Amino acid sequence: MTAIALDRVTISIGNRRILSDVTLTIEDGEFIGMLGPNGAGKTTLMRAILGLVPVTTGTIRVLGAPVGRGNRAVGYMPQTRTSIGGFRLSGRDFVVSAANGHRWGIPWPAKADYREADRALELVGARELAMRPLAETSGGERQRLLLAQALLGSPKLLLLDEPLISLDPHHQADVIELVRRLQKDIGIAVLFSAHELNPLLGTIDRVLYLGNGQAALGPVDEVITSPVLSRLYGSAIEVIRLNGRIFVMSDQYELERGEHLHEQGHAHGHDHA
Amino acid sequence: MSRAMPTGTTMLKYDFIINALAAAGIVAVVAGAVGYFLVLRGQTFAGHALSHVGFAGATGAVLIGLSPFWGLVALTLLAGLAMGFLGERVSGRDVAIGMVLSLSLGLGLLFLHFYTSFAIQATGLLFGNVFGVDRAVVYTLGFIGLTCLIVLAVITRPLLFVTLQPELAEAKSVSPRLLSVLFMAVVALAVAEAAQIVGVLLVFTLMVGPAAAAQRLSSRLGLGVLLAVLLGLGEAWLGITLAYYTDWPVSFWITALSAAVYFASAAKGSLAAAA
Ligand SMILES: Nc1ncnc2c1ncn2[C@@H]1O[C@H](COP(=O)(O)OP(=O)(O)O)[C@@H](O)[C@H]1O
Ligand SMILES: [Mg+2]
Repeated sequence: MTAIALDRVTISIGNRRILSDVTLTIEDGEFIGMLGPNGAGKTTLMRAILGLVPVTTGTIRVLGAPVGRGNRAVGYMPQTRTSIGGFRLSGRDFVVSAANGHRWGIPWPAKADYREADRALELVGARELAMRPLAETSGGERQRLLLAQALLGSPKLLLLDEPLISLDPHHQADVIELVRRLQKDIGIAVLFSAHELNPLLGTIDRVLYLGNGQAALGPVDEVITSPVLSRLYGSAIEVIRLNGRIFVMSDQYELERGEHLHEQGHAHGHDHA
Repeated sequence: MSRAMPTGTTMLKYDFIINALAAAGIVAVVAGAVGYFLVLRGQTFAGHALSHVGFAGATGAVLIGLSPFWGLVALTLLAGLAMGFLGERVSGRDVAIGMVLSLSLGLGLLFLHFYTSFAIQATGLLFGNVFGVDRAVVYTLGFIGLTCLIVLAVITRPLLFVTLQPELAEAKSVSPRLLSVLFMAVVALAVAEAAQIVGVLLVFTLMVGPAAAAQRLSSRLGLGVLLAVLLGLGEAWLGITLAYYTDWPVSFWITALSAAVYFASAAKGSLAAAA
């Protein structure tokens, strides 16, 4: 079965074309790294896969069915908002709020919801830290809690939006290893968006690069090349491979690193009380 | 009356005290529970502003010959629904809310100006007059309070979800707009109730004080809501008792207790963090 299939998909928001005539297929159980400059449409694509953003033309199929909101087989970790760190609620209550959180009625979660939350917390190794208030957790710990939340209900497809943002390299490696282990253990497809390719090298099965309304999906060696990226960026791009790392350069300026720093400032701007 | 009796019983022989305790009790429970979510959502300023809108409603109602209580309830509810419709992040629109707040007080003042004999009651509206509450008002407060709690209970799960994880909640088909409207309606009713006890200017003390302290004291949701309710109840009843024995205003005592509890909880939090 295919996890995600885009067939000639065009997505416009307002007058802006975010994706233009994109066709691609992601197989079951694949670990896909999604890259692309800031504003390329990574978040928008994930929201389209969730049925939150309508496609202008074309069709998206998710796990063999047309997209639809509230698909329980799709786990989603939204791009982290720093405001989560303002809550004094415990991590466990935070995670359990997403288990059947859409239902009206009895205010308190059922025992089954807590069992499900604890199972997910166990998977990410966060049973202990979930007892602490969110306000007292570190960025890396919060990322684990968010991951646990995305794993509620045993999804078949995991959409992780920039889980590495604002983490130091050591914690980035932890998160990647954790996701990889989960993906192997439970056998699910993962779409993992990021600003930097290097931390993901050696872990991802294939890379999906977005830019200029277009997309390139394939093995790292075929996608991260000067011709492909020049097309996606709409300008001359040089790709330099050095000691197993890859640097994407435009006019001697390393693109991804600059993007990353920019996005951090951006994330703070979105913060609200 | 026997000297051996505990002092509490002497004050309980008065009907107005019983009514005051009943009214304050009902309101404290509702304000504590609703306030918990108001604090969690970072919308305390919106709650504060709603009560001021209520002042214009109450004085305006008197001017056209209606009951100030229902004028307050009606306009607060209307403003609450409007805030809910305006969107999730009402809390971010501090300046707009502040302007509406001031304008409402100004309008209330204008209405008072046209209806001078009402001026004495204005103090009651602004700072509360819990000893003036009669049995009928207690029943009304009970009815409105119960409505608030029922609606809150029904929306709690999705409300919590959309508060903690808006994007994820949206992905699971929860409508932030609908919840925002329903919640602000509940807040408006709770604010109108609280204004009956401590007055429109001091609603913060019952809506926010106990809830904020509760969130400092417990990181568990159920326990936090329970604590908010109990703290509010304790502050309200102790405030009335202290007012009875000192003859100082009830609202003063409630604000004093609410502030004391909040700052004590904040200090406890900082100590725990430092340790
Ligand atoms: N709700 C929206 N309204 C208007 N424009 C939007 C909206 N969401 C995203 N965009 C625009 O769509 C483009 C893609 O954004 P996004 O998907 O967030 O990119 P990425 O996640 O790759 O940084 C950006 O130019 C952004 O400004
Ligand atoms: Mg994004």
